[in-house]
Amino acid sequence: MYELIAFYLFSGLTIAMFLIVVLTNNALYAMSALAAGMILISGFFFLLNADFLGVVQIIVYTGAVMALYAFGMMFLDTTQDVKEDIGSSKLIYSLWIASAILILIMVGAPFMSEHLMLDAPLDNPVIAGANNPQAVGVILFTKYLVQFELAAVMLLVAMIAGIVLASKKMDQSLSSNPKLEEELHREEFDVKDDK
Amino acid sequence: MITLTHYLVVSAILFTIGMVGVIRRKNLLLLFFSTEILLNAVNIGFVAVAKFYDDLTGQMFAFFIIAVAASEVAVGLGLLILWYRRNGTIDLDSMQKMKG
Repeated sequence: MYELIAFYLFSGLTIAMFLIVVLTNNALYAMSALAAGMILISGFFFLLNADFLGVVQIIVYTGAVMALYAFGMMFLDTTQDVKEDIGSSKLIYSLWIASAILILIMVGAPFMSEHLMLDAPLDNPVIAGANNPQAVGVILFTKYLVQFELAAVMLLVAMIAGIVLASKKMDQSLSSNPKLEEELHREEFDVKDDK
Repeated sequence: MITLTHYLVVSAILFTIGMVGVIRRKNLLLLFFSTEILLNAVNIGFVAVAKFYDDLTGQMFAFFIIAVAASEVAVGLGLLILWYRRNGTIDLDSMQKMKG
C-alpha cells in the first residue's frame, strides 16, 4: 500500500518537475526544478531497494552536478528570460511525431513483454543475507574492478579538462614564458590600484 | 501492486520529456539539463529491471552511467564557459559556422 502511494507520488512529482525544466523560460527555475527532480528520482531508487544508488544519486547529482551548474550559471546572465525563437514548423512536426512514436512504444511494450522470457542465467544474483551497499561493493570490487578504475581515470581526465577549459591562460606555460608571468602580476596590481 | 511495467512506463515518460527538451531547446545550458533528464530516465529503467529480476547488473550499469554523466557535465560546462567568453552567447544558432 505504501509502495503504491509512494510510487504515484514520486512519479507525478518527477514528471511535473521535469516538465518545468523543459518548458520554462527562466534558467534559474529550470535549475531548481532539475535539482528537485533529481532528489525525487533517488526516492525511486530507495523504493527499488537500491539504497546505495539512491545515496549516490543525491550526493553526485544534487551535490556535485547541480552545484557545478549553479557555479557555471554565475558566468551567464540568468536574470533575464531565455529567448528562444522556434520558427520552423518542421521542428514542431518532428517533435509531435517523435513523441507519438515514443508513447506508442510505451503503451505497446507491456503486451510485447508478456511473451518475452529471460533465458540466460542471472549474471549477478543478489547475495542472500547482505544489504544492498554490501552486495554492490562485493560485485563492484571483484567483477567490475577494471571498469571501476577506468571510471576513476575518466573522472580525473574530466576534472583536469574542466579546470583547463574554464580558467584563464592555462594553455600557455608560465615557467617557460617569464613575460606572461609579469603580465599576470601586473594585471593583479592594476586591479588593486583600481580599488 | 506495482510491477516492472509501471516503472518502465514512468522511465519512458521521463525519457520522452527529456527528448522533447533536447529537440526544442536552443539555449546550450538548458540543452544540458535535458540530457541529464534523459540519463536519469534510463537509470530508473535499469534499477527497476535489477530489482524485478533479482540481479545487480542493472544497478552496476546505472552506477557507471552516473559516473559518465558527472564527467560529461565537467567537460561540457568548461566548453560552454569558453564559448560564452569568446562569443558572448550560448545560443545554438551562433554555432552555425558551416551553415549546415
